Amino acid sequence: MNESRVTMPVITKPTNTADNGTEATTLTRRLLPNKKDRRGAIIGWLFTMPALVMYAAFVILPLLLSIYYSFFRWNGIGPMTWVGLKNYLTILEVPNLLMTIVNAFKLVLFFSFIPVILGLIVASIIHRIAPGRFGSITRTILFLPQVIPLVAAGIIWGWLLALPGLVNQILESVGLETIVRAWLGDFDWALPAVGLIGIWVLLGFCTVLLLTGITKIDPALYESARIDGANWFEEFISITVPLLRYEIGVCLTVTVINALAAFDIVYVSTAGGPGNSTAVPGIQIYILAFTEQRIGLASALAVLLMILVLVVILPIQRLSREVK
Amino acid sequence: MKIGRGELFSGRLFLILLMAFTILPFISIFLTALHPSGTVPSGFSWPEDPQWGNFVEAFKVANMAKMLSSSAFIVIAVVPVSLVIATMAAFAIGLLRIPGSRILLMLFVFGLTLPFGGIIVPLYYLERAIGIYNTRLAIVLPLIGLYMPFSVFWMRAHFINMPSEITEAALIDGASTWDLFWQIHRPLARAPMTSLGILMSVWTWNQFLLALVLVEDPSQRTMAGALGAFQGHYATDVPLLCAGTILILVPTLIIFVLFQRQIITALLQGSVKG
Repeated sequence: MNESRVTMPVITKPTNTADNGTEATTLTRRLLPNKKDRRGAIIGWLFTMPALVMYAAFVILPLLLSIYYSFFRWNGIGPMTWVGLKNYLTILEVPNLLMTIVNAFKLVLFFSFIPVILGLIVASIIHRIAPGRFGSITRTILFLPQVIPLVAAGIIWGWLLALPGLVNQILESVGLETIVRAWLGDFDWALPAVGLIGIWVLLGFCTVLLLTGITKIDPALYESARIDGANWFEEFISITVPLLRYEIGVCLTVTVINALAAFDIVYVSTAGGPGNSTAVPGIQIYILAFTEQRIGLASALAVLLMILVLVVILPIQRLSREVK
Repeated sequence: MKIGRGELFSGRLFLILLMAFTILPFISIFLTALHPSGTVPSGFSWPEDPQWGNFVEAFKVANMAKMLSSSAFIVIAVVPVSLVIATMAAFAIGLLRIPGSRILLMLFVFGLTLPFGGIIVPLYYLERAIGIYNTRLAIVLPLIGLYMPFSVFWMRAHFINMPSEITEAALIDGASTWDLFWQIHRPLARAPMTSLGILMSVWTWNQFLLALVLVEDPSQRTMAGALGAFQGHYATDVPLLCAGTILILVPTLIIFVLFQRQIITALLQGSVKG
């Protein structure tokens, strides 16, 4: 997971194996007749071992350690003192720490809702008016920010949003000199400015994913709608959005994880500042652990972050899967 | 079935504006990179005397040759190993359907939602304890582990769709499970493995957090991690910083242009399939 795109783009979608299930059962029976053939099962398990060992050692073990550390006060070097749930209470009580979680949800608006809605609009426009070359060029270009390092995205926009940067230059050229400012250094505007970077990175991913979904919709539906004289908006509301519920769910899942787990972009563009106005859990965990040496507190925030992601993702998954 | 001219025009205009929004940032840093090092140019102006030498300068001061070889080492250490072990696991889960494969799959899928930030702190102490902190292995080993959820999930989607006749024929011919995997199914899985390999290479190149926390020495980091350090040193020299940034992102853009179809399908199907 690397964020981003996907951050790492971390991608998710739990499974459902209804497809060719019957075929598979016969196969399983032949490969592993009854329980007598334990050998086959053991060999099969051996195949999973290297992956499982790496996953267990470098993901599951640290995950458990995070939970373990979260119950202690520890500076990383000295003795560990058991404090029970105190670290969790601290996070809920100290405004600056709680604020990071609030900020993470604000980022969801920019990293998730806006790219998904905009992506839906763009995909439906491409599908309706530009099915050919023009559409595929648009698709490719919008996707570009998805493949570059998020750090590079942060640096690029750090410059664009600076006082002499392109954003202010454009604002001046259209006569909006009054709102010109150093966007990432402004207490009120830093977070939306970071959000803008997220939109830039994630719009292409959403557009391409939703466009793939649209092309699977029966063209007859669109044709009959057009014969009835439906305009773009009617088509959009009555066909595209309802039939893309599943793809929208996938898009939301991926982008919400990107938002809640954001680190690279924020670290590079604002490092959480000014003040704490763009501090998100990822940044705060880093600061707590590696500059303030408060390992227990950092771990408690890490655990909360992981729970938060699951709590937000599961309902989205359920909603989007009900349809199919 | 006809679409009106007005709609065609406004739709195209909208798409062009969005393309401009996507492209202008790249053009802006490119122009900035051509201004004399140390100056603060305005965001969008053609320099009077383009300083192409800035790219050479950034290449030198960022120790780019060393960073390139370090990144290449990390990619080469991570990607083939991840590919083989993830494919083996996916083969057992998706095709052999070993007992317990549902639970195994769920265990891996759970990892898809995991933010790296959630485990970075213990990873740091774990790596200090086993003595790999501040080496390239400090990035390589966790990355292999962290790629397992997506990779196993993605390769499994390939294996559950394989017709069982292939497997049955091979078993009748007396193939062992390993032969079945290596001789028959690995070649058949080449397409999804290629996509996955490209995707993991890009992710590894772009990996930042692990590099930042687990490796102090920028010359042992991934490209993105090294860029972070470069930014720390040259934050005030905007043209040079822009030149360095371009040097680091251009390879990813080239890979994307060359393998566009594989990257897009891998990213999309990885998130949709299953």
